[in-house]
Amino acid sequence: MRNHPEAILVGLAALAAMFAAAFSQDHLFQTHITILCLILAGSTIVLLRRVEFAAPGKPLPERNTSGYMDDVIRYGVIATVFWGIVGFLVGVAIAAQLAWPELNLQPYFNFGRLRPIHTSAVIFAFGGNALIATSFYVVQRTCRARLFGGNLSWFVFWGYQLFIVMAATGYLLGITQSKEYAEPEWYVDIWLTIVWVAYLIVFMGTIIKRKEPHIYVANWFYLSFIVTVAMLHLVNNAAVPVSFLGVKSYSAFSGVQDALTQWWYGHNAVGFFLTAGFLGMMYYFVPKQANRPVFSYRLSIIHFWALIFLYIWAGPHHLHYTALPDWAQTLGMVFSIMLWMPSWGGMINGLMTLQGAWDKLRTDPILRMMVLSLAFYGMSTFEGPMMSIKSVNSLSHYTDWTIGHVHSGALGWNGMVTFGALYYLVPKLWGRSQLYSLRLVNWHIWLATLGIVVYASVMWVAGITQGLMWREYDDQGFLVNSFIETVSAIHPEYVMRTAGGGLYLAGALVMAYNIWRTIRGDVREEVPMGGKQAPSTVPAE
Amino acid sequence: MSDREIDETTGVNTTGHEWDGIKELDNPMPRWWLWTFYATIVFAIGYVIYYPAIPLMESSTMGISGQTNRLELKRDQEEASLARRDIIGKIRQTDLSGIRSDENLFRFAVAGGASAYKVYCSQCHGSGGQGASGFPNLNDDDWLWGGDLDTIYTTIKHGVRNDEDDDARDSQMPAFGADEILERDEIRAVTQYVLSVSRQEHDAELAAVGQELFADNCAACHGENAAGNREIGAPNLSDAVSLYGNTKELIEAQIIQPKHGVMPPWQQRLSDETIKQLAIYVHSKGGGE
Repeated sequence: MRNHPEAILVGLAALAAMFAAAFSQDHLFQTHITILCLILAGSTIVLLRRVEFAAPGKPLPERNTSGYMDDVIRYGVIATVFWGIVGFLVGVAIAAQLAWPELNLQPYFNFGRLRPIHTSAVIFAFGGNALIATSFYVVQRTCRARLFGGNLSWFVFWGYQLFIVMAATGYLLGITQSKEYAEPEWYVDIWLTIVWVAYLIVFMGTIIKRKEPHIYVANWFYLSFIVTVAMLHLVNNAAVPVSFLGVKSYSAFSGVQDALTQWWYGHNAVGFFLTAGFLGMMYYFVPKQANRPVFSYRLSIIHFWALIFLYIWAGPHHLHYTALPDWAQTLGMVFSIMLWMPSWGGMINGLMTLQGAWDKLRTDPILRMMVLSLAFYGMSTFEGPMMSIKSVNSLSHYTDWTIGHVHSGALGWNGMVTFGALYYLVPKLWGRSQLYSLRLVNWHIWLATLGIVVYASVMWVAGITQGLMWREYDDQGFLVNSFIETVSAIHPEYVMRTAGGGLYLAGALVMAYNIWRTIRGDVREEVPMGGKQAPSTVPAE
Repeated sequence: MSDREIDETTGVNTTGHEWDGIKELDNPMPRWWLWTFYATIVFAIGYVIYYPAIPLMESSTMGISGQTNRLELKRDQEEASLARRDIIGKIRQTDLSGIRSDENLFRFAVAGGASAYKVYCSQCHGSGGQGASGFPNLNDDDWLWGGDLDTIYTTIKHGVRNDEDDDARDSQMPAFGADEILERDEIRAVTQYVLSVSRQEHDAELAAVGQELFADNCAACHGENAAGNREIGAPNLSDAVSLYGNTKELIEAQIIQPKHGVMPPWQQRLSDETIKQLAIYVHSKGGGE
């Protein structure tokens, strides 16, 4: 019999959820847990239909011959594309809401509820699935070992999707603990903890049973990401629930300690989720796609340890000029400044890996995508330390400059390196000789790049406009602008930002189409990249 | 795992490791990278020595500069208040009409009032003073409680219909519909009369009925010719300006269950000089009497 313990466990969980909903202390919890119960009940049915009650016969043949566990990665790739498009779409929607407030549909689709859906969908659903899928792919190949823990990796995948759905439905219902990037309430946090520990066990177990003598640099980064995110998640979400059958909880911290804990978490979500994790991705896919050795082993060691040591202290720069004591602000700032070169170490190692392969950029849009992502990585990791300088921050803080900075990093670096990895992975995972179309990859690059450039530059303009207007005093020392005047001043930028986001979304849709056709096994008839004179890959006979 | 070899393209040694076909070159760290990294560390050390940085048991090191956010803010505020000390002192001592007639004081008060208005008043009255439904327009000459300098000053100082200030302006219109003081068709008739006095389209027959009802029920506050009464903040109904809208439906709704605006007593949050400046500014917007 296959799948029967899973079916029984999920069925029991559905039953437990039903009881929890019946005895819930507030209607929000009841609604939310009812949603959970329905999801689990549906999953039980799906699992039951797949149970084989016949006596154990021959094990089902593996679909691939690599000996690696790739099914879960295939699911992860699809989930990454799906959640990416959801996240980008909600992003465009809330950008439009900021430009045209009439688009706020009360109460479920107002900006306050959609905004965490956007941030969680792009960071945790799109980024998280990309990290889980690629880390499973990379760790197996660079360790020459099958994923540890058997079906545990499936638990990680489905458990993580459940976390995403519970988080998102909670936001729509208005359930939030009001911590940026950590909005889900205590029961969803506990679930994520369980899933994350399972993820750590799978990843760590695979590294331990590796058949290579050394651990590859990509795995250092992935491991630091998994371990640190676990720590951040546990500490920042420390809270006491009002009732075990209700949504509300109170943070273990209060006042400025709570704020500092939150930004220690928030900044390291950027540092370890969006930087370290994606550097792991970069360290495998860039050398593979360029087919060149990594530029410098020594640089990778030094910048890895410098990055993870320095990043963890930089959070207080989110709280400049607040109730946070001056000494903490100072340390947050200087650690951010020292972080500049360790961040750039990853960019240098990535770009210099192309030494001797720069010509491939002409013919290989996937490599071009990865190089662009490294360029955006370099830009935003320079911009970050600059914005952490207190005198710069006094202008930039609370303005859209911050939003622009985040998006040049997220759209440029995280998005594009993920797209590059997906383009690399899909033909390999589905056993296709090549992508459906490289020309469409090129379209994706241009749509995405144009979208990011529009987005980031109008946010610079908007942010600096806001910052200057807020601090504008007349010659008698009186404030010149009211807040609403600074809002209406940047309306054109808000409209253009929506358009920039739309371009980026369009690029992702082109990618989804390309990936879908590739999975179907189609190949588009097209002129190869680099023109007709491009050298044929088939040796002349 | 392969042994150390020379990469043909670059002529650099590899480290001899290999994972899934990926090798590593044994390049040194770029010099400029390393030196910039060192420079940021040196900068950080210097900054830590200069500014408050190292936490101690009760406080922290103050650094050579001794600068903190709070000290900087205090210094800036002291500088600003020092620069204005003389003129603010004059405003404190001068009465409103005196400020109005002194060119320097007047210019300063309008600028200061405009600035305070942006922060405290624009949320309700609009950034241009244009008001909104339920929030009076401050640009016109239609005043609920009066539009001369002293009256505006009093309104700002004590506010309207709040519980915090005993001198707040207060009045209440009865809920003629909700409390069943008038029948519904009587209310409809009064509505037609109100439409007629504000020279809008109306049913003349009903309005005539309404006129009598108005005289019995409404004129005590709104005046016999519906021109209002500023003593009790009863709005003038005979002009085109209205607080909650002057369509038939909105007038009816207001008679049935009236809405009443509330304004905070600003003397609890603002200095007397600021309130004076606000009064001068609002008065200067065009409708001042």
